[in-house]
Amino acid sequence: MNTECPLPVFTDETVRVGHGSGGELSQRLISELIRPHFDNPWLRQAHDSATLCPGSERIVFTTDSFVVSPLFFPGGDIGELAVYGTVNDLAMSGAVPRFLSCSLILEEGLPMQTLDRALASMGRAARDTGVQLVTGDTKVVERGKGDGLYINTAGIGVLEHSEVIAPERIAPGDLILLSGDIGRHGMAVMATREGLEFESPLRSDCAPLAEPVLALLNAGITVHCLRDLTRGGLATALVELAESAGRELVVEEAAIPVSEPVQGACELLGLDPLYVANEGRFIAFVPADRAVEALAILQGTAVAADSRVIGSASTGHRPRVIMRNTIGSERLLDRLPGEQLPRIC
Amino acid sequence: MKYLDEYRNPQAISKIADEIARTASRPWTIMEVCGGQTHAIVKFGLEQLLPDDLELVHGPGCPVCVTSLAVIDRALDLAARPEVIFCSFGDMLRVPGSSRDLLSVKATGGDVRAVYSPLQAVKIAEDNPGREVVFFAIGFETTAPANAMAACLARRRGLRNFSLLVSHFLVPPAIEAICTAPDCRVQGFLAAGHVCAIMGYRQYLPLAERFRIPIVVTGFEPLDILEGILLCVRQLEQGHYGVENQYVRTVQEAGNARARQMVEEVFDVDNQDWRGVGAIPDSGLRLRPAYSQFDARLRFPNETTPPADDSGCISGEIMQGRRKPAECPYFAGRCRPEHPLGAPMVSTEGACAAYYRYRKAEIVDEH
Repeated sequence: MNTECPLPVFTDETVRVGHGSGGELSQRLISELIRPHFDNPWLRQAHDSATLCPGSERIVFTTDSFVVSPLFFPGGDIGELAVYGTVNDLAMSGAVPRFLSCSLILEEGLPMQTLDRALASMGRAARDTGVQLVTGDTKVVERGKGDGLYINTAGIGVLEHSEVIAPERIAPGDLILLSGDIGRHGMAVMATREGLEFESPLRSDCAPLAEPVLALLNAGITVHCLRDLTRGGLATALVELAESAGRELVVEEAAIPVSEPVQGACELLGLDPLYVANEGRFIAFVPADRAVEALAILQGTAVAADSRVIGSASTGHRPRVIMRNTIGSERLLDRLPGEQLPRIC
Repeated sequence: MKYLDEYRNPQAISKIADEIARTASRPWTIMEVCGGQTHAIVKFGLEQLLPDDLELVHGPGCPVCVTSLAVIDRALDLAARPEVIFCSFGDMLRVPGSSRDLLSVKATGGDVRAVYSPLQAVKIAEDNPGREVVFFAIGFETTAPANAMAACLARRRGLRNFSLLVSHFLVPPAIEAICTAPDCRVQGFLAAGHVCAIMGYRQYLPLAERFRIPIVVTGFEPLDILEGILLCVRQLEQGHYGVENQYVRTVQEAGNARARQMVEEVFDVDNQDWRGVGAIPDSGLRLRPAYSQFDARLRFPNETTPPADDSGCISGEIMQGRRKPAECPYFAGRCRPEHPLGAPMVSTEGACAAYYRYRKAEIVDEH
């Protein structure tokens, strides 16, 4: 056996698909390559958006890029995603979303009609969420150097309350509320992209989340932390929060809703719905004594009508996520290394 | 969800677990052959429900893990050729060859595509007549019919730009190799349900007889696996050694006749190299001469000598149930899913991947 330590088999000499997966590779790319170049206190908040205090007002600022293929899929499209994705990141700080920028990177040959359709969808989404699209940029790349259409949006929101919503506020005993069933977006996009046909339709959950969050805050509920579930899914979000907060989280598998079409497609392809992307779901950490009230408020909104309690922050200080299985055993949740790959049989 | 919930029902599961505890009067060692079963065992924490001295050891049933380094390197060479569209099941993309994996080939310009079925690769060949489409036809008996079907279709449609890089494995010769090893600890087997859905289980009767060892054809859900264990323990306690079928909702004694015919038509039995284990006679499949025009090895001849597997990976020990992933000195250290030393760390059915995903934290604590 080779006992010497050889060179690593794979150094990250080139960007791989897994670097964009939201898993371990993404985490390392951000912490080891990107963040060191820009380190500052605002970046170190390590939240969905940065909270800034230029004057007396507290504003939050975030950005996101959208590279989905196909551009249109059941339940949504890139235009909606580009608005909701950024609006949702603002909402996770408890901010009222106000302004967006929009940068378009167009591939030569993209039909104008396709672009118009995506922009119309963006406009609708902006009106629905009450944000104004106030600045933008357009670039065109040669055919073959883009995937039709990429969109970047940056967003500014205003905090109208004094609550600090951040991972470090997660406290022992906090209950974890999940706003609905998981895995719809990732499976809908995958099914469309790969031409997989399932008996029941898979539709993305793509939706704006400011309304349920603001409903909680306006009712005076103390909200310790919020996180929208995007790439990497529920499991990755929980692991990231456990690590940022330095807390142990315990979740009940049976309490996490997964729709039958998503469950079926995941079983067939060997994917775990806990790691599949969402675009219209979030988790909220609230003190146990306000949880019943918070749940009722969320359930009263359309996008979070199926909210439920899925677990709690324990008194443990080891940053980890314990999942209690339906059959009474336990396992630890971890980040995935990269993309989930469909299995052979 | 039907066919899932009833096989994950907590009451039914605890009933069977209790029955196993009542039945087992002494230590037993049982091997689950299939990596899919290994993952279910680790994911659902089934070992937590079993008596302490009932040991499950993980078998060789991960086709990605046992595919030899020489074949993977051949795949990497083919995938890097500019004229080739290389199609593979997703599992194979992160498996390390001598110096890189298929995803790295893709990142440096190779046209590597993950497909869900070999028939998709046939379609890609039809749609790209100017390119050479190679499908990485790996797997056990389970994937052989679909891979055979791809060759049949390609012949029927007169495709000249489609070929298969075949690396097929057969389960019964592997069970035989494990049983004949001098240090074999395995006292009973859970055979892989999906393999038997195709092949049936008559081939296992002489093995059970010869090695006086119970073999239970078993499914993949928690309740299936516990039932399989119970049937196996009952036989062991009674001194019986027969073949039993737990997975009756899917497996018939004679298997699936049409699927077997398809395999028979296209493939011939051949010797096969198992990564980390070595050569096992008559444990693989190769294309029959009538299908040789679809053999990627003949279409793209290659003179390079097979590489030495010196990564330090102990996959052979793992795949034969001699050691557990947690006993590997490199587990979660030098060997991790993003930098694997061997295939068991990255395959969906690999034992090391299951331990890393579901039990890494506790194992690292123990170390």
